[in-house]
Amino acid sequence: MNPEKPLKPISECTPCASSDSRRLFLGTAAAAVAGALTGCGKLSMDEFLQHNFRELSKAEIQHVIARLEKEYQEKYGKAVQVGVDPALQGVIFGYALDLSRCIGCRRCVHACVKENNQSREPEVQWIRVLQMDKEEGVNIHHADPYYAPDRVPEEGHFYMPVQCQQCKKPPCVKVCPVGATWQEKDGIVVVDYNWCIGCRYCMAACPYGARHFNWGEPTLPVEELNTATHYLGNRPRQKGVVEKCTFCIQRTRKGLYPACVEICPTGSRKFGNLMDPKSEIRYVLENKRVFLFKEDLNTQPKFFYFYGV
Amino acid sequence: MVRFLISFERKGDAALGRVLLLAVIILLAPLLGLADEIPKSHAQPPSKSSVTQDIEVPAPPLTEGIFPCTACHDNKTLKPNANRRSLGMHDEVQLRHGPESRWCLDCHDMTDRNKLHLVSGERIEFTTSYLLCGQCHGDKFRDWRSGIHGKRTGRWDGKKQYLLCVHCHNPHAPRFQALQPMPKPKGPGDIKLRRGGAR
Ligand code: HEC
Ligand code: HEC
Ligand code: HEC
Ligand code: HEC
Repeated sequence: MNPEKPLKPISECTPCASSDSRRLFLGTAAAAVAGALTGCGKLSMDEFLQHNFRELSKAEIQHVIARLEKEYQEKYGKAVQVGVDPALQGVIFGYALDLSRCIGCRRCVHACVKENNQSREPEVQWIRVLQMDKEEGVNIHHADPYYAPDRVPEEGHFYMPVQCQQCKKPPCVKVCPVGATWQEKDGIVVVDYNWCIGCRYCMAACPYGARHFNWGEPTLPVEELNTATHYLGNRPRQKGVVEKCTFCIQRTRKGLYPACVEICPTGSRKFGNLMDPKSEIRYVLENKRVFLFKEDLNTQPKFFYFYGV
Repeated sequence: MVRFLISFERKGDAALGRVLLLAVIILLAPLLGLADEIPKSHAQPPSKSSVTQDIEVPAPPLTEGIFPCTACHDNKTLKPNANRRSLGMHDEVQLRHGPESRWCLDCHDMTDRNKLHLVSGERIEFTTSYLLCGQCHGDKFRDWRSGIHGKRTGRWDGKKQYLLCVHCHNPHAPRFQALQPMPKPKGPGDIKLRRGGAR
């Protein structure tokens, strides 16, 4: 998938010596070199020396997870589980959204923020709901994400939630200079937050505006922290990295529906295994009028819009 | 079968993505194209499949204390009355469902008020009210049974919960209720500039 070994990103922070490092033999020299490069002392030596997630052995993964869980415990005073469930055999995830039923209530947006530990301030949201004119059809020139009437739906409008389309040909993955983002076997496009250098090329490349950058140190209320996380998904992020919808990888790889599907009061959101002919998602594809957002770009989304009427 | 014919213009993509705000709608069932290109190793019989019989339906959303209806509708002190009239009871029930001629006992059973009945006269429980709705809304009912209309929660690969029609539609005035939207995202106008905030 990615033949060249990704370059080790030069982090902007200095590692500080951490005594339990298996790689301590590299310690003094690397710390000196790294120390010479910048100087903010926030990264541990282990973090600095950590490889791209895809190249880690089982033992190294365990080591990384243990370190992360310890750091989160210290930061939030709560036990956070960082899962590494791999893609399930014979599963490629697909998503479908019924434009004829969505009423634009934004329950999904906020459920997603909670489930996936998005930063509250600065505000990061993975789902954006566009209010559109019925007369115009799906036309981004007539799309308003800031609608705020007392009640939805509003006369003459329909609503189109947009999130990561989990493209089969993801332009964001192609442009990443360090291989910090890739497509998993189940089709989910993920980010290794510890490998991302924050260049934001992926954001420029994404035609859906589905990637989001942590411009500031993310904040989330400890009491709202979701402690059931996945390394490639909703574990708390740091400043300077890009994040996006992962179809709730921490839920869906355990067989659960994504949080946005669970919350939707209209039942407009459908999710399942594209490889399973009996799945809801296959029923939609086979029986409903379906379209792909910006299909002409040939990104080949696995997020489908349909008309359920 | 529709295949993806347009090749991907890599070079212009970044700029395009930002500026290109045109959505082109093409109606198609893209699955075929997609499935074709799935590597063989994934094309084994799915180990995860949705099992339709594994569905739990939550209790019907009846008002507390109103059931059993026969507590009052005992056919002795309170006799059934098929006449269309304004009722001295159940004033929260305002019929706004289809033709004017519709009346309570089209759906509710005359003599066993704990039950609904189909056109055939067959009595059904409130827990299966979807059978009643399905008589007149066959298309929605079919979609509902396959998990498309309405909502399933739980596991995409197994046990699911399923909402009844009446969880979302008041049977007496079934139009889906408007909701108050949750807060809008911050817009460009809401962003505070901080010194050193964006590095
Ligand atoms: C289209 C079929 C239909 C018609 C017509 C109808 N009902 Fe119902 N009614 C239902 C169904 C289905 C339920 C069960 C709702 C549930 O499961 O919560 C129900 C529930 C009720 C309830 C219980 C409501 C509660 O608060 O839980 C009452 C009382 C009632 N109906 C009275 C009436 C009266 C009075 C009329 C005539 C004015 C009427 N219904 C007409 C289908 C109908
Ligand atoms: C607290 C007592 C009470 C309960 C409980 C009750 N009803 Fe009634 N209902 C009445 C009375 C009294 C009337 C007659 C009102 C009138 O004639 O003005 C009535 C009338 C009706 C009617 C109009 C037709 C007729 O026979 O008069 C329907 C339909 C009805 N009820 C359905 C239900 C259903 C369904 C339930 C249970 C979900 C229910 N009711 C529970 C008291 C009750
Ligand atoms: C006897 C036939 C009949 C039954 C039974 C019936 N409906 Fe209807 N329903 C109608 C008709 C007729 C309309 C009006 C259609 C229209 O306006 O185009 C309608 C309209 C609706 C609408 C659209 C309302 C709107 O304003 O947009 C909904 C939703 C609905 N029904 C739900 C239900 C549910 C839920 C049930 C079961 C509790 C049910 N129906 C049972 C005949 C029926
Ligand atoms: C999860 C909630 C949910 C459930 C469960 C549900 N519906 Fe709906 N239904 C909706 C929504 C949302 C709409 C669209 C409302 C709108 O456009 O304003 C709708 C629309 C409808 C309409 C009107 C369709 C049209 O074209 O205007 C009918 C009829 C209907 N539903 C019948 C049913 C029946 C019958 C069932 C059960 C078999 C059912 N619904 C179950 C949410 C639900």
